[in-house]
Amino acid sequence: MSTVAVGDKKLSVWSGGVSPLKASYGKLMMWFFLLSDAFSFSSLLVTYGLIRYSHPAWDPAVHGETFSFSNEYWPIPERVFDAVPFLHGVHLPLVFVGIMTFILILSSVTMVLAVEAGQRMDKKNVEKWMLWTIIGGLTFLICQAWEWTHFIVGTDVPTKLNMIINGEATVMEVFGANLKVNQYGPPAFADLFFFITGFHGTHVFSGVLLNFIIYYNTVVGTYQKRGSYEMVEKVGLYWHFVDLVWVFVFTFFYLI
Amino acid sequence: MSTIGSSENIASNGHDHAHDDHHHNDNFITKYIFSTDHKTIAKQFLITGLLWAMVGGAFSAIFRLQLGFPEMDLSWLRPILGQWIEANGKLSQEFYLALVTMHGTIMVFFVLTAGLSGTFSNFLIPLQVGARDMASGFMNMLSYWFFFLSSVVMLISLFVSTGPASGGWVIYPPLSALPQAMSGSGLGMTLWLVAMALFIVSSLLGGINYITTIINMRTRGMTFGKLPLTIWSFFLTAIIGVLSFPVLLAAALLLIFDRSFGTSFYLSEIFIQGEALHNMGGSPLLFQHLFWFLGHPEVYIVLLPALGITSEVIATNSRKPIFGYKAMIISMLGITILSFIVWAHHMFVTGMDPFLGSIFMFLTLIIAVPSAVKVFNYLTTLWKGNLVFTPAMLFSIGLVSLFISGGLTGIFLGNAAIDIQLHDTYFVVAHFHIVMGSASFFGMMAGVYHWFPKMFGRMMDKKLGYIHFWTTFIGVYAVFLPMHFIGIAGFPRRYYSFTNFETFNMFGDLNAFISVAAIIAFLGQFVFGFNFFYSIFKGRLAPANPWRSNTLEWTTPRNPGHGNWEGALPTAYRWPYDYSKPGAEEDFIPQNVPLSQTKESNLPHEEGDLALEKDIENIVVDETGENKLEEPAHH
Repeated sequence: MSTVAVGDKKLSVWSGGVSPLKASYGKLMMWFFLLSDAFSFSSLLVTYGLIRYSHPAWDPAVHGETFSFSNEYWPIPERVFDAVPFLHGVHLPLVFVGIMTFILILSSVTMVLAVEAGQRMDKKNVEKWMLWTIIGGLTFLICQAWEWTHFIVGTDVPTKLNMIINGEATVMEVFGANLKVNQYGPPAFADLFFFITGFHGTHVFSGVLLNFIIYYNTVVGTYQKRGSYEMVEKVGLYWHFVDLVWVFVFTFFYLI
Repeated sequence: MSTIGSSENIASNGHDHAHDDHHHNDNFITKYIFSTDHKTIAKQFLITGLLWAMVGGAFSAIFRLQLGFPEMDLSWLRPILGQWIEANGKLSQEFYLALVTMHGTIMVFFVLTAGLSGTFSNFLIPLQVGARDMASGFMNMLSYWFFFLSSVVMLISLFVSTGPASGGWVIYPPLSALPQAMSGSGLGMTLWLVAMALFIVSSLLGGINYITTIINMRTRGMTFGKLPLTIWSFFLTAIIGVLSFPVLLAAALLLIFDRSFGTSFYLSEIFIQGEALHNMGGSPLLFQHLFWFLGHPEVYIVLLPALGITSEVIATNSRKPIFGYKAMIISMLGITILSFIVWAHHMFVTGMDPFLGSIFMFLTLIIAVPSAVKVFNYLTTLWKGNLVFTPAMLFSIGLVSLFISGGLTGIFLGNAAIDIQLHDTYFVVAHFHIVMGSASFFGMMAGVYHWFPKMFGRMMDKKLGYIHFWTTFIGVYAVFLPMHFIGIAGFPRRYYSFTNFETFNMFGDLNAFISVAAIIAFLGQFVFGFNFFYSIFKGRLAPANPWRSNTLEWTTPRNPGHGNWEGALPTAYRWPYDYSKPGAEEDFIPQNVPLSQTKESNLPHEEGDLALEKDIENIVVDETGENKLEEPAHH
């Protein structure tokens, strides 16, 4: 074994002294932070899966041929999320959330362009694309605020929920949703919706703040002076991660 | 921060002084309090951890008094515990539960995670990989101060009138989720959750720093295959922490919502104090899954650093290379991966599908393999070594002993069929206190005794160290060995008293014996406390390399400044375990001694490294870790 090794040994990037993954420590830290954050989101989505599958799904044979909201089974998402601003009363399943998703993905594209401009040390274009990314992020947040408001206020017609309150069977008329009761389904449905989209929204919000700091630093020339736009890349990683997570959240809540 | 361009940091001898100099205008606050020097931060973690250990130890002494001597009049504790000693001189039952809970929380997180991993990862990573400091000194400082904040919140929780959290360190809902369930589920529980959230932030900031420092900041020649096993263990520990703590964070956030905002993640159909709660559809078992997904890896977060330290101390003091260096790394890697897929063995009695239980049992028992490999490697390293019985060495050997005896009962408990009998008895308490609690504590003590000279430039007293070791070692076995028996006899954990059970009467004296042993072992720790604090100021001055050790930290000055090495960073020419090498003049060859100077002792497999020696010396070290060197110099 020992004789084989002689002469075969070569210096490599792993021989010390340099960054073997060709990434600065800051970028590595961002990667490991995102890995960690991915585990937070995964545990929340596992929570979603576990609670959802402990509830019955709507079954025409048991619950009646036409679907209606009830706290006895999990709702069908496209019946819950079918509203679009200014189009009151029109059934447009998943159209609005589709637009939101498209905007967020577009903002990832503009972030890529900002990073690319940074690598060319093109200050003007970094400014332009960062601004578009910020606008994309803010638009997403505004859309989400509308979506939440609609979810909380509810539909025109209340849902009659069968409840047992202190041992007595009662029928309650419920509009919209809060953390204790909602018109769409079991309490856990709204709880998970608020918690997980809220947790994601908080990430988007902090992403917009970070993007704004980057934009500001670009405008005042900090990175031009430093000779590197690496901060744009680092925050870009975070922004793409937040987008990627949304794809999963979207899939879980709206598609399946 | 440094004004020096990286191109000037080339390994030309002695031109680096400017780098050290600009740190010397520190004042008291930047030097000792808000310091970004990894060595100071390590000492802050250590001293905070040791203070917490005193609190956690004192708690156990108090509840052992209750368990061993249930009739005892504890009024003399009233000056400290106040209302928690009731009018008849008995310890309050609520507070007993709080003591058990806080003992666990403090010991697991504040002492054996922050105090052990925080201390030695911070202290040793830059010194042993040959770096000036952590990748980000600022984030490292934040890591400590988040831990400090967390400590303050947890400390405050001890003093609130409804008492600290009392639902056990695992804080299972619904007990922990409903403030009306018990007084400890009120404000104390809220503060517990806040403190843990801060703790997780601290752990994350520290962890990503440790990982990136090890990847990016190794000095020239320091390949992963030449890293001391301590660094390997800190590396894997940090990875476990970065991947498992976020799950606890998610679990804790959901619990906070259940407690304060009326959600039903963990709660379903509960009737309490004559009132039916609105909660529907949640699952308390979900919390257990999320909790143990952190909780089990946490066991290795506290144990791996201790094992790494032990490898280093045993090799040095056996004057022999560590046996099976690669096997040690592969074992730790195996333990790291397995630690994530065994969590449900804590939940065998939750009514899980027996088939699923058998899968988790199988995975759990596989951990015995890498663990046994490590034990055999320790024993074979000790075998026929020129043993030097320093206090650190004794604690390391003690760790091996505890790792074996606690590991054996792990094989019992890993079996679902036996675990169902022994679950939540003192047998479990005995098992994890030996294999995880005491073994990790021994590793921590070994580390303190071994690296004290490098931390404070002075030696600790050896004789007091021996007294400390033997009290602790005998104490640990005297406390936890009998617990196996009372566990098999059926004693459940967390009970306030056993006097109402006719069947347990015959074990009363055994319980009293355990309590006496626990209190003696606890008092023995004050010998260490005195030795530690006295030696910081009055200890004998340490030589540069008191243990004749090979790793790079011993090539620094007696009191290294911020930047660690005066002049250029050292080069790592060889692995760290060249002890008693045949043909060599001394019985140790430090890592920074070139192979070309030790022709008489070089081994055939080192020819490759020897041929590369000039190339390694010519590597320009990127001291910032910012991956800047390939760029054209525009400084």
